[in-house]
Amino acid sequence: MREISAERISSVVASLFGKACCSLAPDVEAALRAARDKERSETGRQVLDDLIANAEVAAAESLPLCQDTGLAVVFADVGQEVCLVGGSWEEAIQSGVRTAYTQRLLRMSCVSDPAGARVNTKDNTPAVIHYRLVPGDRVRLVALAKGAGAENKSVLAMLEPSRGRSGVVATVVEAVSAGGASACPPLIVGVGIGGNFELAPLLAKRALLRPLGSHHHEPRLGELEDELEQACNRLGIGPMGLGGEVTVLDVFVEEAPCHIASLPVAVNIQCHSQRHREVWV
Amino acid sequence: MTSAEGESARRLRIPLDEHTVMSLRAGDRVLLSGVLYAARDAAHRKMVEALRGGGRLPLDLHGQVIYYVGPTPAPPGRAVGAAGPTTSGRMDPYTPPLLQQGLRGMVGKGPRGPQVQEAMCRAHAVYFVVTGGAGALLARHIVEATVVAYPELGTEALRRLVVDDMPALVAVDAHGGNLFASGPQAFAAGSGSGVVA
Repeated sequence: MREISAERISSVVASLFGKACCSLAPDVEAALRAARDKERSETGRQVLDDLIANAEVAAAESLPLCQDTGLAVVFADVGQEVCLVGGSWEEAIQSGVRTAYTQRLLRMSCVSDPAGARVNTKDNTPAVIHYRLVPGDRVRLVALAKGAGAENKSVLAMLEPSRGRSGVVATVVEAVSAGGASACPPLIVGVGIGGNFELAPLLAKRALLRPLGSHHHEPRLGELEDELEQACNRLGIGPMGLGGEVTVLDVFVEEAPCHIASLPVAVNIQCHSQRHREVWV
Repeated sequence: MTSAEGESARRLRIPLDEHTVMSLRAGDRVLLSGVLYAARDAAHRKMVEALRGGGRLPLDLHGQVIYYVGPTPAPPGRAVGAAGPTTSGRMDPYTPPLLQQGLRGMVGKGPRGPQVQEAMCRAHAVYFVVTGGAGALLARHIVEATVVAYPELGTEALRRLVVDDMPALVAVDAHGGNLFASGPQAFAAGSGSGVVA
């Protein structure tokens, strides 16, 4: 067994959220620059120029890129040969989130009693944590600061199997068409196909973590990703919804087997800045 | 938008008068200076609940402009942290009653619903957009921030912001012009795209 201290996990999580909120990941910045070159709408190009300049200002002034520093989402792939010492996984991760948001001047955007008094929890916890047990003696941690403007436009559709592939395409395009303009486009779209009522959205969220520009290793799904990207970009929504050719930066699909009577499709919408960082411990 | 500080941008002083608002058209580039009131979901809910209960608003909205923003905490020496727009559509249910109170403009991101557009035409009000996600860049134009009501709401408190030459775009005007309809139409497949907005 390899021992890792809870304190180390906390400090890694805090550092990941600090970086994710205050600087663009290199693949995201490259995608925004490529979009700037491709976009024919003058307004759209100015929006993209703003986003590139914003990243420079945020870095220079140590400010968050966006005031919505998100609900904190953590993916923890924990090696079976890892033994955590000095605390629990749950508290180690929540404590890292608490440290990042309170000490790095990020925004507290989490409220309890959501359908009632909506009282701010004042430290942006609890984070949403997705654990997975994996072989090996290492831990992969991914921090995703997920803003609500895009999250609110996400969709889960429990399709009947007769809808097939074209039903999947229609569901994705409809979600982007209906909510895309409010979700800070150009978007990154994560699509989860199959599984069940809770697995499809998780597949969609994990899909968002793929490097921009990558394709699914399975050609059948890589082709579907291309088709979805082209269909979304034909909508004309453009940067910030003001019209243009670049409505999505990328579309990623993940799938899982499902029940003979089901065809779940989840569409997780992500804003242009995709604030996330990952590290292996 | 934020970088469009060219000669085509028109300088506006806030509070806005009716004549100025009526002269604006969707697509106009402007630089906003003066006072913006920062309010988002929770402050809107409180204001509209106050009106429904027969109470008064914590501020006189005549001629004023609300910015849909909840900034990150201010670092030392700064008025605010990152301070970009939040999604305006969530404020749609609260907007017509505030327009009736004299609200003259709003700043946010994303489209507005048809009922808000109609209410804006009746009230002679304007909706500006600034670049969503450009919170660090936009914060440079905010020189003062003071909490004026609902301090218990934290980032969602009602704040008086003093802004200087904040670049914005008129997205919905008081005559029915709407950039969220006309902009995408020009680029949607089958529209004979080639029009450069």
